[in-house]
Amino acid sequence: MTTNAPAIAFEVSRATRASRTGGALAAVFVVFLATFPWWADHGWMREFNEMACYLIFAMMWNLLAGYGGMVSIGQQAFLGLGGYALVVMGNFMGVNPFVAVPIAAVLTMLVAIPVSKIAFRLQGGYFAIGTWVIAEVFRLSIANVSAVGGGSGTSLTALRGIEKATRVSVTFWLCLISAVASVALVYWFLRSRQGLALLAIRDSEIASESQGVNVRATKLGVYVVAAFGAGLAGALYFLGNLRISPDAAFTVNWTAFTIFIVMIGGIGTIEGPIVGVVLFWLLNKYFSEYGTWYLVGLGLLAIVVTIRFPRGLWGYVSHRFDLHFFPVQRRLVLREPPKD
Amino acid sequence: MTAWLDTIVQGVLLGGLYALFAMGQSLIFGVMRLTNTAHGDFIILAAFGAFSLALALGLPPAAAPWIAMGVLLPIAFAAGYGLQRFVLNGTLGKDPLPSLVVTFGLAIVIQNVLQEVYSADPRSIDSGGLNIASVEIGGGLAVGTLPLLIFGVAVVMAVAMQWLFGRTALGRAFRAVSDDRDAAELMGLDHRHVYALATGIAFALVAIAGTLHGMKTTVSPSDGPALLLYAFEAVIIGGMGSFYGTFAGGVILGVTQAIGFRIDPGWGIWAGHVVFLAMLLFRPSGLFPKTR
Repeated sequence: MTTNAPAIAFEVSRATRASRTGGALAAVFVVFLATFPWWADHGWMREFNEMACYLIFAMMWNLLAGYGGMVSIGQQAFLGLGGYALVVMGNFMGVNPFVAVPIAAVLTMLVAIPVSKIAFRLQGGYFAIGTWVIAEVFRLSIANVSAVGGGSGTSLTALRGIEKATRVSVTFWLCLISAVASVALVYWFLRSRQGLALLAIRDSEIASESQGVNVRATKLGVYVVAAFGAGLAGALYFLGNLRISPDAAFTVNWTAFTIFIVMIGGIGTIEGPIVGVVLFWLLNKYFSEYGTWYLVGLGLLAIVVTIRFPRGLWGYVSHRFDLHFFPVQRRLVLREPPKD
Repeated sequence: MTAWLDTIVQGVLLGGLYALFAMGQSLIFGVMRLTNTAHGDFIILAAFGAFSLALALGLPPAAAPWIAMGVLLPIAFAAGYGLQRFVLNGTLGKDPLPSLVVTFGLAIVIQNVLQEVYSADPRSIDSGGLNIASVEIGGGLAVGTLPLLIFGVAVVMAVAMQWLFGRTALGRAFRAVSDDRDAAELMGLDHRHVYALATGIAFALVAIAGTLHGMKTTVSPSDGPALLLYAFEAVIIGGMGSFYGTFAGGVILGVTQAIGFRIDPGWGIWAGHVVFLAMLLFRPSGLFPKTR
């Protein structure tokens, strides 16, 4: 193509000032959190662990639904499997439970591959309920296995020989590392070639396919990564909880709370689930004593936000102030104003 | 042998109830591609509504549930119309997420409000002994009068819905907005109104299903999600777009669960789910895909 316009010097910028300062601040905060086991209350660490599991799970649901367009109500299938994989490896195979956590996540990921063959037969709303049925199949299957205590569940006895202080500290660090790693993983994935392909698919499946994007492979990749994250969250949660049962592991409440977290925080942004988890933690702390009315409130809030503020809290802030801590977009920056 | 025959007959009758659960879902999905994840909770809400109405009417228990159902029908229709017109229409679009989140939020609200009002105790609508009456059908088999009645209602409803969808002006409007909303608008249809009518009718079906379910067995506020899954499975097994298909899907699901329960009580529901998943794998368009 020939053109008479003068060559314009430009560069593609992938960082923002917020992402640089934010990154530095976040690093300081993570280092501060890492000192918790030496001085903080055990109760704080327990709370942090639980919220870290929600954060990992929510990051993955956001990747799946917000970026991949696959709205699943069945991610608890993989969370529960991760938890049970941990317990089985720890109790029956003598694997150190801390080592078993990442292995459990990988095993869950492997299970997701055949599961996707069934789940991907459905689309849109039917995908959502179909994945829920799959989670129920896992719940009912495990409830019938007496080796892991059937419906009433079992305890993680493998941790018996380990001193309490060690157990609490290592569990906390594992949760912290996993939470940071899951944010980093999603961030890295979205900035990669595959991430770009995923965003293209979200905008138009047909158009992206015609541009050479392998839609099926990309979606499968996202589904499998999301299962890995869910399995990791499950293994961590039940490592801290010490007791597992099919109803606790495969309850749809996992996904219900996650949908709340992601929608309130801002779906389709990386900051969204983080903001959402913090908000969820606060609401939980101050209002969960209201029991059923608290849950009614969460349900109503999710409805109102979805209809009135579909971008969520972070979506609003980032749109209003052009603030991006995790920029995944590419911006064209002109080096100097073009001279005519 | 008789035991197995009995199992299958019971399964078929149970399937009639599942078909009733599923028809509303089938209608809503068929007309506007909306997946109502609160469908099961609305059935339970209707059951509790009928329960309270039947008590409030103070009539003899043989009549009260039926009168309550009659009172509930227009209320359910209006509620469905209003919900669609003022809430759900705004969530429809290419992206399934908003409608899923809104109906899922509704499910959580309904479950917890019911829990607050009625407590977690299971309840049943007093049908004046109808729920324990039975009739001999020969061969040493007896079936419950109420399950038989429910099956009959399901058959009538499937025929009525197929007729409504295929032979009436309203059905034509449903099919038109389903096939091409914009073209239907150009022909003078207001899709928001047509959608709302579809949900209204679906909710009337939900009211019938909920009342009968509450008469047949006990209900508790957290039962909804299970019913949603059964309804959904019946729709998919039968194949979308045909009410006869949905009916057949319900019966297949009912028989599968009954056989599963017969073999081991722990595997009944599981068997139903697995047959559904197998169907997805081997016949993803269902048994009777769009017949018209």
